[in-house]
Amino acid sequence: MSSTDAVKSAPKRPYSPNAVSRGTNAVIHAIFILCTIACVFPLALVIVVSFTDEMSILKHGYQLIPDKLSAMAYHLLLNDATQIVRSYGVSIFVTVAGTALSLLLTAAFAYPISRSGLPYRHAFAFFIFFTMLFNGGLVPWYLVYVKYLHLGNSIWALIIPMLIQPFNVLIMRTFFSTTIPAPLLEAATIDGAGEFKIFRRIVLPLSLPVIATIGLFNTLMYWNDWFMSLVFINDNKTVSVQYLMYKTMLNIQYLTSNVQASQALSQGGGAVQLPSESIRMAMAVVGIGPIILAYPFFQKYFVKGLTIGAVKG
Amino acid sequence: MNPVNPVPAPGRRTKASSGGALRRMRRYRTLYLMMIPTIALVIVNNYLPMFGILIAFKKINYEDGILGSPWVGFENFKYLFATSDAWEITRNTIAYNAVFIATNLIGAIAVAILLHELRGRLAAKFYQSAFFLPYFLSAVVVSYLVFAMLGEEHGFVNNVLLKTFGLDPVSWYAKPNAWPFLLPIINAWKNIGYFTVVYLAAIVGIDEEYYEAALIDGAGKWKQITRITLPLLMPVIVIMTLLQIGRIFYADFGLFFQVTLDTGTLYPTTNVIDTYVYRSFMVMGDIGMSSAAGLYQALVGLALVFGSNYIVRQINRDNALF
Repeated sequence: MSSTDAVKSAPKRPYSPNAVSRGTNAVIHAIFILCTIACVFPLALVIVVSFTDEMSILKHGYQLIPDKLSAMAYHLLLNDATQIVRSYGVSIFVTVAGTALSLLLTAAFAYPISRSGLPYRHAFAFFIFFTMLFNGGLVPWYLVYVKYLHLGNSIWALIIPMLIQPFNVLIMRTFFSTTIPAPLLEAATIDGAGEFKIFRRIVLPLSLPVIATIGLFNTLMYWNDWFMSLVFINDNKTVSVQYLMYKTMLNIQYLTSNVQASQALSQGGGAVQLPSESIRMAMAVVGIGPIILAYPFFQKYFVKGLTIGAVKG
Repeated sequence: MNPVNPVPAPGRRTKASSGGALRRMRRYRTLYLMMIPTIALVIVNNYLPMFGILIAFKKINYEDGILGSPWVGFENFKYLFATSDAWEITRNTIAYNAVFIATNLIGAIAVAILLHELRGRLAAKFYQSAFFLPYFLSAVVVSYLVFAMLGEEHGFVNNVLLKTFGLDPVSWYAKPNAWPFLLPIINAWKNIGYFTVVYLAAIVGIDEEYYEAALIDGAGKWKQITRITLPLLMPVIVIMTLLQIGRIFYADFGLFFQVTLDTGTLYPTTNVIDTYVYRSFMVMGDIGMSSAAGLYQALVGLALVFGSNYIVRQINRDNALF
């Protein structure tokens, strides 16, 4: 999509007299095209470097149009993909389980405090809200999980700490209280439906937009998280994709120590060098891949979701 | 559930007699049951660690445990504020966040207004998607992208940009003075797209008739923006800014830890409270210092939320958060 396409496709529609002039419009386009390049360029660079021949990187650095292409880095990565496959497994499990559990718990708390008749509902809302204002800090929080719950190095340490996001609870509560008509709930009660049945059969189906939104927020949060790993994980079993990328950045050896081919390469002759630069960027691409693929879907619903959440909580 | 409520609810429920309240609570017992798992989780994840703030007043040794370790009063805080670190991390945290708040606000509003003025809807959509993309990348990914640009040996900036202009390569990761400029750029690159979405949604919601009337009165674009768009955006601007000012004592850990590749040389200009707390605990094992810094952050953070909210309440009650 270039700016000329957009301008060409438009002239059928008459512009309001308040529209910007053609000149101004062109200037805005020019600014935005530059911004778009700035936003996408580093990603493109990383992808290109991952496909660049190692010698060409060593000679000319990272280039957008490299001298020589090579899929060597991917070849080596996929030669022994055990660690990558395992990390994908960890990340997918954490994301799916985390998102599902988080939605369940968030809805189960947000719905009761959205009911105007519930005694002490403001106190319960404050109970959640207060955690946004004050916290005990990293040390006691860490000790609770590692010393008392013994969750160090456990995959649950990547899930449990992020299950309740106060802001999401408040967004959901606002949605429930503004979009579910109270008379509907009363009618259901009169018809003899229990509270739980009302929640499952009436409230949840009517709340799909907010559930989808919070679900997306959660998915992104869990997939992109590396902090829980940094704090709680210090073995090599429970390494998520993000954490694997982090370790690869620190130490290329971490990834390539498993790769038999690379060992053979480095033992083979002193002159042959491990393509560490392109491998590093290939690892980044392997990690970024799912986000880029899901992006068109994500951003569309994210934009919608942010406007749902914009209702003052 | 104990009906003796320690937290004064902001509602007016107290007038109901305790018998009536009990009866009503029984009626809603399913709803209370639904809340139990979340309540338990929040107690473990948030409230239990709050008692842990007493660690900041102790000299912890592993033999005696947390409760058995001796009290040392404000000793940990004395040590913390005796170092130059305390001033450095406070200055860095507040200064960076202040710059981030300003650039995000100005950048996002400018982009949102221009996007709205753009003639082609499709093009506007395309630009918005491009600007929003960096927001979806994790800090680890951003650290790779920044490294690809700034890496000393092979980075694009040194090898292509600076070379083209005949300039010498710069060791970015060894130059603390460069990061007060680099980090705001990276932050803007990552976050402006998000704020643009928020502000654009608010601008789209403004009634076209205001602008039509302004046009008839002979108001140009600039007048329309300053006299219609910005005033009508004010509630959103205030809320978004207030949320960020309330968190001005909390830094974006990923930006300062991952994106700088945790480089020691850069600490003077990139160490913030969050990275300090993390490093002194997880790397140095200094529980006392870390807890003291953590509590300092939590308390000042709390004061800032109430302070900024109070100021907004004075100006316009409707815009306040609580």
